[in-house]
Amino acid sequence: MQFSRRRRLVSQPQDGLYGHCLQFYGRPPAENISLAEFETFAFERLKLLKTVENLGVSYVKTSDQYTKKLYSEFSNLNFPHKAEADDKKEQTEYEKRRKDHISHFILRLAYCQTEDLRRWFIQQEMDLFRFRFSGLTSKSKTEFLHQNNLQYDTVSMEQKKALVDKLVSSSYAVSGATVMEQDFYKVPFQDALDLVRTRKVFLKGGYAYIPHQDIIAIVLNDFRTRLSKALALTARSLPAVQSDERLQPLLSHLSHAYVGQDYSIQKNVGKISLEQIDPLSTKSFPLCMRQLHKSLRENHHLRHGGRMQYGLFLKGIGLSLEQALQFWRSEFIKGKVDADKFDKAYAYSVRHMFGKEGKRTDYTPYSCMKVILSNPPSQGDYHGCPFRHSDPELLKQKLQSYKLSPSAINQILELVKGMHYQLACQKYFELTHNIEDSGFSLNHPNQYFMESQKVLGDGKDVKREPETPHREAAASKGLGASRQNAEEMEDLDALFQDD
Amino acid sequence: MSSCDYDSSCLPDLLPLYYRRLFPFSQYYRWLSYGGVTKNYFQNREFSFTLKDDIYVRYQSFSNQSELEKEMQKMNPYKIDIGAVYSHRPSQHNTVKSGTFQALEKELVFDIDMTDYDDVRTCCSAADICSSCWTLMTIAVRILDRALREDFGFQHLLWVYSGRRGIHCWVCDEAARKLSVAGRSAVAEYLSLVKGGEETLKKVQLSDPLHPFIRESLAVVEHYFIQYALMGQDILGNSKTTDKVEDLQSFFQSEKNPVKRWKKISGLCMPILRCQIYIQGILCSVMILQISVPIDLEELDKFDPFAVPTISLICEELDKPRTGEEEEVVEEEKKENEIEAAERRKIRDYKRTSLAKYVKLFDRFLDGMARARKGEILRKSDLQKEF
Repeated sequence: MQFSRRRRLVSQPQDGLYGHCLQFYGRPPAENISLAEFETFAFERLKLLKTVENLGVSYVKTSDQYTKKLYSEFSNLNFPHKAEADDKKEQTEYEKRRKDHISHFILRLAYCQTEDLRRWFIQQEMDLFRFRFSGLTSKSKTEFLHQNNLQYDTVSMEQKKALVDKLVSSSYAVSGATVMEQDFYKVPFQDALDLVRTRKVFLKGGYAYIPHQDIIAIVLNDFRTRLSKALALTARSLPAVQSDERLQPLLSHLSHAYVGQDYSIQKNVGKISLEQIDPLSTKSFPLCMRQLHKSLRENHHLRHGGRMQYGLFLKGIGLSLEQALQFWRSEFIKGKVDADKFDKAYAYSVRHMFGKEGKRTDYTPYSCMKVILSNPPSQGDYHGCPFRHSDPELLKQKLQSYKLSPSAINQILELVKGMHYQLACQKYFELTHNIEDSGFSLNHPNQYFMESQKVLGDGKDVKREPETPHREAAASKGLGASRQNAEEMEDLDALFQDD
Repeated sequence: MSSCDYDSSCLPDLLPLYYRRLFPFSQYYRWLSYGGVTKNYFQNREFSFTLKDDIYVRYQSFSNQSELEKEMQKMNPYKIDIGAVYSHRPSQHNTVKSGTFQALEKELVFDIDMTDYDDVRTCCSAADICSSCWTLMTIAVRILDRALREDFGFQHLLWVYSGRRGIHCWVCDEAARKLSVAGRSAVAEYLSLVKGGEETLKKVQLSDPLHPFIRESLAVVEHYFIQYALMGQDILGNSKTTDKVEDLQSFFQSEKNPVKRWKKISGLCMPILRCQIYIQGILCSVMILQISVPIDLEELDKFDPFAVPTISLICEELDKPRTGEEEEVVEEEKKENEIEAAERRKIRDYKRTSLAKYVKLFDRFLDGMARARKGEILRKSDLQKEF
């Protein structure tokens, strides 16, 4: 008599698809989502990854502060973290896991395009994965491994007893007690080459006997390899995706995306006088703007890229159109440009910036991302991000000339070496304002200015907008504005080639 | 013809005979086909031949056993190297789009060379060997064999005496053949006891507790050490060898701490294991004059490198008049099918020579792999039957 072993699988989304709070992102999502959800999911994951990056540099990754802060960000952004088996919350947990899944794949599309983007993305996703894996229970970890075809079984108690001496003498920091209490995993030696190579593991019959604490390194390695391969594949199929008109603008700006205020609405018009600009430039301007201002004063000229970056910044801190015109005019006249030429050639572009010409759009000042990633400076340019674009030696000299201590300079240079440009700037902020913790996450030159003014006591006039309620709006606004921005910018750029 | 044992001038006469009547082509083919499990596995294998006057030809490949035979009988190579299995037929590699012709699989091969021990041997040097320094090889073979089987789980190891001063170990398991370059170097490093290159030996970094691999290796060394020292290998200094050996024996009896025991002898026979691994590229399987033969590890301690047959010896044996019994069998065969008769004749031929026991060893090795493959197929079909 034959017994059929088949059971009809009742498919509820909760059962099959997201059986675990953590995943390797092996299979792309196969459902339809709205464009709005596409955008929101992507932005929220981006925020999460940026938080992972920032916290990772500011705190030790195993510390309590790191853990607490990162978990609270998980909650804020509605991402799954612990394997909560709370029935009441089943639906919301499912929603979170779905968001995790989809948002990861959207960001792959945006971050597969260049080597730099890929590296950044892989690094943050790995840190995120490590954090979430470490937070799982032992049982949950094994479940995860099995669900993902990492057939790493745990070593049975009897086997452990028989091998205890050998396990103790082969693995680092493992005592007899550890062997009996903790899990050991049997991993094919091909998956544990680093441990095999250095003979830091017990091998038997082709299997490496890995203690619990070391399994994460192996799993992470696997994660990184898979993601790296996947990104390479994604890059190849990207042209097809980008040809979709709805997605193209979204994706091409996601990697430049700024997820905070855009300082486009001028709240402080007229509060700054032109005479204040010089002292302000040394006290409250970020290094990039300080540099631009200095070279403007010295050369009585700035090229197109510099004019855009600096001009919009000045607008953002509160200069009115009239003030701006006066400012640029008076400086350019000191140089090779006479009044007539200025009115003919340059005034137009200033008015354009303020939305008084052409399409009459109000342009938004550049975010750090935009400054760092777009339009790198060449010979004769002073724009860009000094932490990104300056030669480290020259940067060092400049910081020395600003009277920073050698240890301070070293801290900054270390961050630059690690490619954490905004964090380097933030450190610069902290050092020049003599504070321990800036209390904000630097993303925008105008934000730098506002925070600086706050610290220096002019907080009455310059208010800092609370970020939380505006997040959703600002996110899509940011995208909308920056998308528009880029389109418009191209028009403007076309009109004004250099000089 | 003892003169022929030492120079290659008679090879042109002997090699044709050897390849026509004695070389075990069917065993070779059986080995390198690996049961025909993977398509074109034999056809995509690279062979290289070293011909007379040191002419070296690469990228030889063959469709079947018969082609291999014919070509070798035509070329009469002095040396045959077995390379990797490639993505395409090596003989056609020039027709393949550049970048797509790649090595895919290769056995994992270890080469233990006597010359690595020159700083420790006092009896011989370079290509010379004697029975006392051969013990060093024995130790190395034992350590490697144990580790490959017990630690790494490899089962199909073909140990071959390469005819002169080295031993090769061919690990033929599927997992070994598929092992990545990173995997191979990791295995090699795991097995390395001596770090350091051509200059002075560097001591092994020993930590307490000792890793099981080191502990096991130490046990092997100790087992052979006394024997080795007693055989007159003057490793302990110029004089009073016997006294020192006695001291050592009593030391071993009293001192049980493995780290201390190891430290005592480490300075003396350190270069016990310095493996060179051929990761890519090719490794010889047949040497001139002395023939490469498989080694039976169970008889390892009795293995005498000087008793390995030379080509001139076996050709001589072949020429010996047949016994009466054999004559009868030959008469019978004349009536049979020609091809079958040729095969049978060949088998009888090598059985009359000293090659016989070595071919038998090789057959045993191949049988073992065939059994394992069969077991694997059965296991897989059992799993499928579950449904």
